Amino acid sequence: MDDRIFFKPAHQLFAMLSGREISSVELAKAVIERTKQVDREIGAFLSFDEAKTLKEAEESDARHKSGRPLSPLDGIPVGLKDLIAEKGQPLTCGSRILENFISPYDATVTERLRAAGCVLWGRLNMDEFAMGSSNENSAYKPVSNPWNLSCVPGGSSGGSAASVAAGETILALGSDTGGSIRQPAAFCGICGLKPSYGAVSRYGLVAFASSLDQIGPMGRSVEDIAALFQVIVGVDRKDSSSFPFSLPDYSAELPKFKSLKKLGVPVEYFQDGLDPEIREALERAIEFYRSAGHEIVEVSLEMTKYVMPAYYVIATAEASSNLARFDGVRYGLRSKAAKNAIDIFFKTREEGFGEEVKRRIMLGTYVLSSENFDSYYRRAQKVRTLIRNDFMRVFDEVNAIIAPVTPTVAFELGKKKFDPLQMYLCDIFTVQANMVGACAISIPCGMSSGNLPIGMQILGKPFKEHEILSLAYEFESAHGYKDLHPNI
Amino acid sequence: MMEEKHLNIEHLMTLARIELGGSERIKIADSLREILDYLEKLSEVDIEEVEESAHVFPLYNVLRDDLVGPMLSVEEALMNAPEQRDNQFIVPKVVE
Repeated sequence: MDDRIFFKPAHQLFAMLSGREISSVELAKAVIERTKQVDREIGAFLSFDEAKTLKEAEESDARHKSGRPLSPLDGIPVGLKDLIAEKGQPLTCGSRILENFISPYDATVTERLRAAGCVLWGRLNMDEFAMGSSNENSAYKPVSNPWNLSCVPGGSSGGSAASVAAGETILALGSDTGGSIRQPAAFCGICGLKPSYGAVSRYGLVAFASSLDQIGPMGRSVEDIAALFQVIVGVDRKDSSSFPFSLPDYSAELPKFKSLKKLGVPVEYFQDGLDPEIREALERAIEFYRSAGHEIVEVSLEMTKYVMPAYYVIATAEASSNLARFDGVRYGLRSKAAKNAIDIFFKTREEGFGEEVKRRIMLGTYVLSSENFDSYYRRAQKVRTLIRNDFMRVFDEVNAIIAPVTPTVAFELGKKKFDPLQMYLCDIFTVQANMVGACAISIPCGMSSGNLPIGMQILGKPFKEHEILSLAYEFESAHGYKDLHPNI
Repeated sequence: MMEEKHLNIEHLMTLARIELGGSERIKIADSLREILDYLEKLSEVDIEEVEESAHVFPLYNVLRDDLVGPMLSVEEALMNAPEQRDNQFIVPKVVE
């Protein structure tokens, strides 16, 4: 087990901070040094503000000194995906169009991290506007997988996943529209939670597809992400789609959901196209739950093959509408080649957006255009209803679903970059949760013969995060994956 | 239902307010055709009498009192403007 400080779990670091064994400044310096040492190879950070981070750490130390920490994460470094606003810091979204943008305000999750005493550490790389599954769509630089530098870390929260896996931060926030937290978590061997739609405020999250986006926690253990989720969850009057529900104590609930539950295994997720090593790892995990006393039942999600096409219609439609705000008038890039007002729109968007973002805006525009609206957009929304009914029918029968996260382990950089449709299919097992608003977690459940992490997905009913966290914790406690770190 | 395969990329560029240079235009148009083919799968689904889902929860018309809260100062609102002067955004002349 690697005993270096930047690989320690948050709860242990908090105990050390409380006991004055280390200071928050020392901890911040450890992740800063680590980042300087390895990030040239990994590329997880788009920017960081060392002085600001150290100042926040000093403030945390003062609180620990007076015995009044703000939360169990006071003094713990948390990195932010570069589409979550932090006042005074860049917010590039991985795009040239926001290259010089500075956030004038905090996202609600950022405010909550501050209120919990977290030390905000760095702006994390991502696919441009969260559109991608390999982080190769970042306009600035690709990210390498810490387990194998020639492989992708997944996307779109690739910087978040890689930085956590490599010990460049303790915790991170990502965002998930179709798998963007869970898929990179699986590729990098860490844990990531996509909360139920409405559980976490989206205020200050740059929108991709508003009916699907959620911010969620990423960390090296289930305990760590439960603690981070506790900080960010909850209704917010600044986001009218945030949903009021009574919040459990997620950390306290972790040991409580043991055994004797009914877990569904969807047949459609275990068909051809699933890497045999992932299948075997999942089968072992399912066997673990069975022998721990859970009832395992085979279930069928009959709409599975329509989830992906419906998702791409809805997500791109919403994206084309959301990204209309980048017009070169009020903020961000303005093309110098533009000769008149209308030209500003066309030229700025040509220069500022990368190819994948343009592709999705064009696709979204197509499905929303008057001649195609009924046959694509309206139809996809109806299919979405059927997908939700299908999912809820299965959840009448089971407490949770066990599934793979990805069809393959991390692939080589460049391998799928030029084939958009193949790239989209990376998310085939993850989009379901977004389409129905369910919560879903990805945790490590094995290593491939090529020494790349394998992830397991546990899906739960909306607002039952405590149940899937608990199931994940049960597995994690009996296995050693959280203590495995890449050799970098 | 979706027999419409004709993709007028120039028309889409106008709708989307994006200029695409020659090679990028061809590349994106080709990939869109492939993706639209894939989306054809949706036409297999029987959607007679199915309601649309715009979002996933029964939240409707979330209202709040119209109270003045903290807001950005003019300087903050303009700090990312590409061009600004006298508390205003500068844009090219739009009316002749």
